Amino acid sequence: MTRRSIVILALVAALGLAALAGSVSAQTPGVTATEIKVGNTNPYSGPASAYGTIGKGLAAYFKKVNDEGGINGRKINFVTLDDGYSPPKTVEMVRRLVEQEQVAFVFQTLGTPTNSAIHKYLNQQKVPHLFVATGATKWGDPQNFPWTMGWQPTYQTEGKIYAQYVLKNVKDPKIGILYQNDDYGKDYVKGLKDGLGDAAKKLIVLEQTHEVTDPTIDSQIANLKNSGANVFYNVTIPKFAVQAIKKSHDIGWRPLHLLNNVSASVDVVLKPAGLEASKDLLTALYLKDPTDPQWKNDQGMKDWLAFMQKYYPDGNTKDVFNVYAYAVAQGLVHVLKQCGNDLSRTNIMKQAASIKDLSLPLLLPGIKVNTGPNDFYPIEQEQLAKFDGERWVLFGEIYDAGKK
Amino acid sequence: MTGPGAWRRAVVLASVAAACALPFVLSNFRLFQFTQVFIYAIALLGLNILTGFNGQISLGHGAFYGLGAYTTAIMIDKWSVAYGWTIPVAGLLCLVVGFLFGIPALRLEGLYLALATFALALAVPQILKYFEHWTGGSQGIVLSKPDAPFGLKLSSDQWLYFVTLGVLVVLFLLAANLLARRTGRAIVAIRDNPIAAQAMGINNALYKSLTFGVSAAYTGVAGALSALAIAFVAPDAFNVFLSITFLVGIVIGGLASISGAIFGALFIQFVPNWAQDISKAAPWAIYGIFLILFMYAMPRGIAGSLRLAWGRLARLRAAR
Repeated sequence: MTRRSIVILALVAALGLAALAGSVSAQTPGVTATEIKVGNTNPYSGPASAYGTIGKGLAAYFKKVNDEGGINGRKINFVTLDDGYSPPKTVEMVRRLVEQEQVAFVFQTLGTPTNSAIHKYLNQQKVPHLFVATGATKWGDPQNFPWTMGWQPTYQTEGKIYAQYVLKNVKDPKIGILYQNDDYGKDYVKGLKDGLGDAAKKLIVLEQTHEVTDPTIDSQIANLKNSGANVFYNVTIPKFAVQAIKKSHDIGWRPLHLLNNVSASVDVVLKPAGLEASKDLLTALYLKDPTDPQWKNDQGMKDWLAFMQKYYPDGNTKDVFNVYAYAVAQGLVHVLKQCGNDLSRTNIMKQAASIKDLSLPLLLPGIKVNTGPNDFYPIEQEQLAKFDGERWVLFGEIYDAGKK
Repeated sequence: MTGPGAWRRAVVLASVAAACALPFVLSNFRLFQFTQVFIYAIALLGLNILTGFNGQISLGHGAFYGLGAYTTAIMIDKWSVAYGWTIPVAGLLCLVVGFLFGIPALRLEGLYLALATFALALAVPQILKYFEHWTGGSQGIVLSKPDAPFGLKLSSDQWLYFVTLGVLVVLFLLAANLLARRTGRAIVAIRDNPIAAQAMGINNALYKSLTFGVSAAYTGVAGALSALAIAFVAPDAFNVFLSITFLVGIVIGGLASISGAIFGALFIQFVPNWAQDISKAAPWAIYGIFLILFMYAMPRGIAGSLRLAWGRLARLRAAR
């Protein structure tokens, strides 16, 4: 009897100790029984403040998640700070998030230079740097930066998709390129050239660049027309995309016009450029465009509109950034659910790197999120769409840059 | 009775001693913030020598800050130079560039000079993007934080804090010496009455260009230190807003005051953060209110008001 009670006592004590040890080792900064603290920076002020709506959209979505009971009983405490798109400020704010606020991880920090500034720091601190909001290629490098992961298709991915299409469908292609003279433009061009492979030198007949500060790009368009190109690869931001579409229409140049996804918004680009002039444009999409009438009765879009009305009534329902925010927030919620009760930083990263065929309601039908220990590019699929004068008509297969 | 000079020395020594103790009390993050305060203070002192003491308004000191930062970054990144050497080089380069810019700027007075320097601030981010081979374009250059040498048991934040504090103390002593003597009196005389200054035999053109050079050198050193502290440079960090922030700093801190640079630096480092903590929706409106309140309550800046208060106190005591 006494021996048994001693054994039981010892067992209970051992179990208690184990439980204690377990709970101690699982203690991640920012994680309690009722809360997960998530850090973020966004440019709410400064030159890139148009992106600020993404941060607000994320906060609104997490409020919805919390109202519905949170994730495995934990509410998300979303701490988002303004960095004004200034890298030194981002460093300060992210250090504040990690060292003062003690967040569990950093999510959706926005901008290429701003994320570059904190890339090394977060990896040294072993703090997950999840789903960064930039299309640069360097965020998917698990060998050297195992704590950083991208989200959206990279610019190079998109360029490769256009190359595949051109090689397969255009007879005797002569490609003329217009791109913005910076990393964004160059990334797109590199993707196309990589996709074309050895044929790139022969097929590209003219490359024209412009500065983001140029008033117009009329002469570049004229040069491209005179080069005899029958494919126009248009890598410009909305302001210049409008000009390029208008000008090439006005001077009667009718190439196969590949418009980069950055400027694919119907309301912002195609309507100002003229719907007639925009006809037959080609682009690659992965998100549903809220201004595209074909999604009017789509359940995902309806849910999103209801969400916007209830949780983010100031938000612009024509702004694709708000669609983007909703989709990426859902991606994070998926990862956190998958973590179960083990919210250690290692497990958060591990789960982020094991997303299998996740469909999200605002991604195009058929596009799935996939990651792996050696694949830190969550979305690598896009589908081509042709503008019919009113909306983007998706066609053909879903291109997957991850498969090679 | 001790004179005001002795009092001032005591206050300065006490502040330096307090600053030396901070790294063993504060967290690394707070230290990083104070390192930034010191960096800003050096830049503000540079601008204050030009604007406060010499009366030349510059809206373009962010450009020299950027030049200093890139000098350090490129030297470390491309030529693997030890970081310690890059700081004086950044200062010297900015001295030369500032001096050369000061020569044509001689023809411009007041607001016209402000516009010319504003152009500098506008141009620099684009120039940095243009020389992509050197500057890394808009991706910038990533650096490593320097570790403490000689096996000192300091974190890299603590070490950088001490480096910055050391540079700050040296540069502040140099500036105090410069401004308290003949050169300083000439610089101030040019501000107060250029014609009278010339009549007294001061070479206005030379002094103005030199002041511009020295001012740019201070700001360049600050930029070099910022590159080390942030461990990253990118064109977007050196925009027009930075130049305007410097101007805000010297006005709030106190024009033509050496200690004003410290107060101004504290303001530009911490007030935007407080503003954000008070209201996420309109942080810059709150910042604006702070700015107006400070200007209303302390029209001569923080340093000027402190001096005024000190003077009153001394008079009260003398009357008793």
